[in-house]
Amino acid sequence: MRVVIVGGGPAGLYLALLLRKASPHHQVTVLERNPPDATYGWGVVFSDRTLAEFREADEPTYRELTERFVLWDAIDVYAHGERVRCGGHVFAGIARTALLGILQRRCAELGAELRFCVEVRRPEDLPSHDLLVGADGVGSAVRSWYAEVFRPRITPGRTRYIWLGTPRPFGAFTFVFQQTEWGLFQAHAYPYEGRMSTFIVECGEETWKRAGLEEADEARTLRRCEEIFAEVLRGNPLLSNGSRWIRFPTLRTATWHHDRVVLLGDAAHTAHFSIGSGTKLAMEDAIALARALTDHEDVETALEAYELERRPAVEAFQRAASQSQRTFETTYRAMRLDPYRLTLYLLTRSGRISYDDLRVRDARFVQRVEAYLASEWDGVRLPRPPAHLPFVLRELRLENRVILRPASACGATDGLPDPTRHRILCEFAARGAGLVLTEILAVCPEGRITPEDAGLYRGEHAETWRRMVQAVHAEGSRIGAVLGHAGRRGATRPRALGLDLPLAQPWELVAPSALPYYPGGPVPRAMDRSDMERVRDAFVRAARLAAQAGFDLLHLHFGSGYLLASFLSPLTNRREDAYGGSLEGRLRFPLEVFRGVREVWTGPLGVALPITDRARGGISEEEGLAIARAFREAGCDLVEVTAGQTVPADDPVYGRGYLVPYAEAVRLEVGVPVLVGGGIALSEANALVASGRVDLCVLDLEQDWVG
Amino acid sequence: MRVGIGLPSGIPGVRGDLVVRWAERAEAAPFSSLAVIDRVAYDSYDPLLALAAAAAVTRRVKLVTAILVAPLRNTVLLAKELASLDQLSGGRLVVGFAVGAREEDYEVAGVDHRGRGSRLAEQLRELRRLWEEGRVGPPPAQPGGPPFLVGGFADEAFARVARYARGYFHGGGPPRAFARAAEMARIAWSEAGRPGRPELWGQGYFALGEEARERGIRYMRDYYAFAGPVVERIAAQLLTTPQAVVRFVEGYATAGCDELVLLPAVPDPDQVDRLAEALACVW
Repeated sequence: MRVVIVGGGPAGLYLALLLRKASPHHQVTVLERNPPDATYGWGVVFSDRTLAEFREADEPTYRELTERFVLWDAIDVYAHGERVRCGGHVFAGIARTALLGILQRRCAELGAELRFCVEVRRPEDLPSHDLLVGADGVGSAVRSWYAEVFRPRITPGRTRYIWLGTPRPFGAFTFVFQQTEWGLFQAHAYPYEGRMSTFIVECGEETWKRAGLEEADEARTLRRCEEIFAEVLRGNPLLSNGSRWIRFPTLRTATWHHDRVVLLGDAAHTAHFSIGSGTKLAMEDAIALARALTDHEDVETALEAYELERRPAVEAFQRAASQSQRTFETTYRAMRLDPYRLTLYLLTRSGRISYDDLRVRDARFVQRVEAYLASEWDGVRLPRPPAHLPFVLRELRLENRVILRPASACGATDGLPDPTRHRILCEFAARGAGLVLTEILAVCPEGRITPEDAGLYRGEHAETWRRMVQAVHAEGSRIGAVLGHAGRRGATRPRALGLDLPLAQPWELVAPSALPYYPGGPVPRAMDRSDMERVRDAFVRAARLAAQAGFDLLHLHFGSGYLLASFLSPLTNRREDAYGGSLEGRLRFPLEVFRGVREVWTGPLGVALPITDRARGGISEEEGLAIARAFREAGCDLVEVTAGQTVPADDPVYGRGYLVPYAEAVRLEVGVPVLVGGGIALSEANALVASGRVDLCVLDLEQDWVG
Repeated sequence: MRVGIGLPSGIPGVRGDLVVRWAERAEAAPFSSLAVIDRVAYDSYDPLLALAAAAAVTRRVKLVTAILVAPLRNTVLLAKELASLDQLSGGRLVVGFAVGAREEDYEVAGVDHRGRGSRLAEQLRELRRLWEEGRVGPPPAQPGGPPFLVGGFADEAFARVARYARGYFHGGGPPRAFARAAEMARIAWSEAGRPGRPELWGQGYFALGEEARERGIRYMRDYYAFAGPVVERIAAQLLTTPQAVVRFVEGYATAGCDELVLLPAVPDPDQVDRLAEALACVW
């Protein structure tokens, strides 16, 4: 078979040599526009797992590579004038030029033809071939010839970065955070050869402009970066190689092959540099394509098999990379964290390293972290896993960060819970939860979701709850009451058959606007001023009853499309008076309710808020943060993030910890303690607490105790 | 975990009397349910008619659609059919719903493929409402109607499980894949504020014996031809030995599956007994 490979980078060269190795009948030509010794780029990184695959694919290349590798196993984080090191992460670095040299020699040895300084502009310029491989990088010419088939989508990152080198040797994969008068700068540095290290500088777009880097020429850019990172560079210069400030282009393509044309590496997909896997993915592509072409007679079948094998792996990396990218694009938030929390925050950023992994990789690091976190608390003498640390909200001290709560209401009559109900709450306490939360308690009969919902609107309710509170206290835990009003999602049947099935005879529903939850469902009455006063007074009365019952904490449920959530969202609040329209208007009534409660309830007061509606035209994350900020300013002690359910046809996203990104944004940007649920296991709770992402976790019992 | 068996009604060329005899045999073996698949542009029986025939010759087993592509159907007529089947079977019907994976079925039925997900969601509500109102009789034998299961792999599918169904019907794959999907279903369920947890159903294909294996793989290739090259991976999962069956069943049980339905890839009546025999040490 005659194979023409456009692009003599690691992917193209590796494919060329693997094909020649597989069969001397393959005629392989590589066309590269640069000369053989071009020195584009500095070092590249591989993980130990990739190395095993290289060994299997071609032993001689593997041996040469490993001889040149610089190995290291630590990650350093420099921030706030300190350095934190965590070990146990094996990486290998090599100069990109050295890697290319090894591959070029091996290609020559195996008889692949390499043509340098060849610029291919049109398909007609190519030598005749049976298979055309586009290994020509993110700006691939080959891809552009068939753009309507490959349908490339490039998403530029939000930050600017520049790829530099330095003769400053680093002993670890190094992240440096430097506050400047213009804003935050960060560097990603790793060693690759002799005393040389790659040194990538990154900053926000505005910071970049303020620091005058938009207009700066090469020399000025280097000088400025040297000044910024003087402390860590220790007098070593930064070097450029025609380097430019760019925004990272994440490339996705609809397909990687078409007819007898196939894309490889960066020409098909890119993944953010912060997980250092571009070259790794490209070379793994080459291995898979060479194997597919050997296994399958028919070229198109082989290309299909190649894409089928590689796409899931690459997409998994792209997902991790985009999480990592988001982390680095928002590190300004994380600067309020101390160096230990920040280090954990970075290490666990893409979800691929768990707290338990860290313990295995570097037990002493975890010990240091735990000792540090324990030292922040009076009365905590022995270090412990972070989820077992205490937490203080006003005068309430919780013994740990774990919250348990029942999934939903069941078995109440006229708001009065079934007397056996206390068993489940006591069981949660007995299991060791620092805080037990009730299900949503309706503040008035019309505020119930189903007729079986418990409430807190009569003296009798407070009396029953008082006994349950005492029982939970007797188990050594604390208990919070969750108050809510169902709004237009009220008067539905018990949820055994499903959500939002209206009762045969629904009671009158109220909402900010007369819009049913489902088309054809019961239409709520748009609230007037006296309705609002009634609802506010009901919340205030419930707060007084909660105090009588002896609850330790009060938590107002303003999420999930219930009454107050539907005031917050523009999808459900269409009012033209002072309680609708702008965010300020939509916040008015929910804040009024909150302030009413705040006046009579002196203990810790939390609120569950919709941080996003996950629906077009609804609350966006940015608006969600503004909502959280407004409640913090009104005296809220704890925010729980919720997402979606404002309207039934939203765009859901599930998965373990799917609410964590929102919680983290609220905690770090708004500066208020957060509690998060959404399928979190105990092992994940440790990482979430230790990395400063959240304060309290509602655990998913199924994941820890069942199955 | 309970184990059910599929009817051979989804295999091309099967005679009607074989489907009925198969149901009788399954009733005699300790299977908990009889399941059918749903295709339009394919040589397969109508799923609800096949279950109706099975209902007439069985008394014990549940009758399950695995799954029914509801958006292809008129909702009012479907409400009538499902309620009739529930009555004819004495309240043994369990309805698994999904949007289906073949665009071709939509084309042939003259139904728009776009918007199928939201149409399914509407239908799930509509069916309950129709039974409630009682304008379309008979009423289902089970109060409130037969239990609903929803299948699919997208986040929306898990939301539908949590909003409208009693549980999740996984579309097939190794136990690991099932466990991941089951976790999503549970998270969606508890986030929606449903009590307890979703019922979890799984499925797999079997063709026991060396001779059956070849034909079984041919059937899988044909049935899943739409999937392109993935078909080989699907065909490779066919359970062809008692060991494979036991490993698969135990894997699903460990992953928290409540009921696993094993669908036949060859229509030989002795496959029912072979499967029962393979399962003897699991039951």
